[in-house]
Amino acid sequence: MSTQVFYFVATLSIIFSLMVIFAKNPIHSVLYLILTFFTFTVHYVLLNAQFLAVVNFIVYMGAIMVLFLFVLMLLNLNNETEPSKSPLIKIVGVIAGGCLMVTLIGSLKATTISSPLILKNPGLGLVENLGKELFGPFLLPFELSSLLLLAAMVGAVLLSKRDEVEA
Amino acid sequence: MDTGFIIEKFILVAVIFGISLVIAMYSTYAERKVAAYLQDRLGPDRAGPFGILQPLADGLKMFMKEEIIPTTSSKWLFIAGPGLALLCACIGTAVIPWGSPVLIAGKVIPLQVSDINVGVLYIFGVVSLGVYGVMIGGWASNNKYSLLSAIRAASQNISYEIAMGLSIIALLLMTNTLSLKEIVVQQHGFKWNVWYQPLGFIIFLVCSFAETNRAPFDLPECETELIGGYHTEYSSMKLGFYLFAEYINMFVSSAVMATLYFGGYNYPGMDWIAAHWGPTWAPLFGTAILFGKIFFFIFFFMWVRWTIPRFRYDQLMNLGWKGLIPLAIANIIITGVVIAIIEKF
Repeated sequence: MSTQVFYFVATLSIIFSLMVIFAKNPIHSVLYLILTFFTFTVHYVLLNAQFLAVVNFIVYMGAIMVLFLFVLMLLNLNNETEPSKSPLIKIVGVIAGGCLMVTLIGSLKATTISSPLILKNPGLGLVENLGKELFGPFLLPFELSSLLLLAAMVGAVLLSKRDEVEA
Repeated sequence: MDTGFIIEKFILVAVIFGISLVIAMYSTYAERKVAAYLQDRLGPDRAGPFGILQPLADGLKMFMKEEIIPTTSSKWLFIAGPGLALLCACIGTAVIPWGSPVLIAGKVIPLQVSDINVGVLYIFGVVSLGVYGVMIGGWASNNKYSLLSAIRAASQNISYEIAMGLSIIALLLMTNTLSLKEIVVQQHGFKWNVWYQPLGFIIFLVCSFAETNRAPFDLPECETELIGGYHTEYSSMKLGFYLFAEYINMFVSSAVMATLYFGGYNYPGMDWIAAHWGPTWAPLFGTAILFGKIFFFIFFFMWVRWTIPRFRYDQLMNLGWKGLIPLAIANIIITGVVIAIIEKF
């Protein structure tokens, strides 16, 4: 049952992620990205990581993607406004893409088919256990990452305030 | 999973869905009556006695009207918008405990569709998803007023979600659980959370007004600036879906407030009732009490709408970012300190 659900959802994830790239309209791309994140939420639920699932739901689908959509709607991108790219950029793109493909193929060759996933501790994803892990053995990295977010926030405020001082 | 379980849950879902729709329908009637009372008018009184058939007439009108899809709109998203709005409004009811387990035909049935252990976060996720219906509909209409309104809705929702989340954190510090069922059980009798978290409740209340786009936070449909707001281009039942979604959102957020802060189905003297009325009628009486609380909050939504004028946009943002968020953080700190002191001594 769970395996079948996994394959179904995984197929959907791949289809939606491909649609993100292939959609002509940037707004449609973002909407497909939202669907992709939704399938990720289902994956987390299948792994019994309920907290992560719901946080993925709130933070990525509910907040970050809303901001993406927000910005794209304000920009109102369409075919006319898209700048035409010079041949040099296209060549650079092809080379970079080719390098990425070689790397991916190389790493895919090294992998073997994994054995069916067995969670060592099925209850790890529940809120209580996750909290104990985060605020116990992983306290320092956890606090450091929150400091990083704070620094990003201060930086954003500084960038938006600088114009005001100069003017 | 046995068939009985599935049938039981299916019936429960169908009943809750039906009740949500009926309450949303009669909220439109109640809104007009409340407005009429506050403005010293009579309100709708033609269809049936006291006008109680008015919602049916309105619904019929919505269905009979011509359905217009603007030629320049993106058709699929234009259709998906209202559907998404209504869907997001309805799925919030799944984790709310409507009553304590009730004994029906020799079987104890929990009056909650699903007791997931992250129930509070689920509600929060559904709330944050609710804005997509408005955004997609507003953008797909290909009308600048609809788009402006959709953008207003998005920024308003994101701003107030933060304060709402912070106010819930203070509550969770006390309850030590994210399961709505356990939160309700903890408030047995008259130990309602609102007595311990009055500030948190007020912040939550204000934010839920903003999240449901109700006055005084109904800037997305501010008709003096934006014609009709995000649903300017909509007609017929698609418009009906948007209006309906607003009333269902109101119902769900009233239910969440009653559950988180006002004890859900708990009421003073419930032990006496439980001892005397038996295991079938006492829980159902509790459910009736919960609905009484919900109706009060729905009335409160309407009361405020017809009393307070709409905010200006900068006032809205100032209140959210400079008023509610610092207050909510202060509330978390105070709650944390008090809990630490109580645990020490």
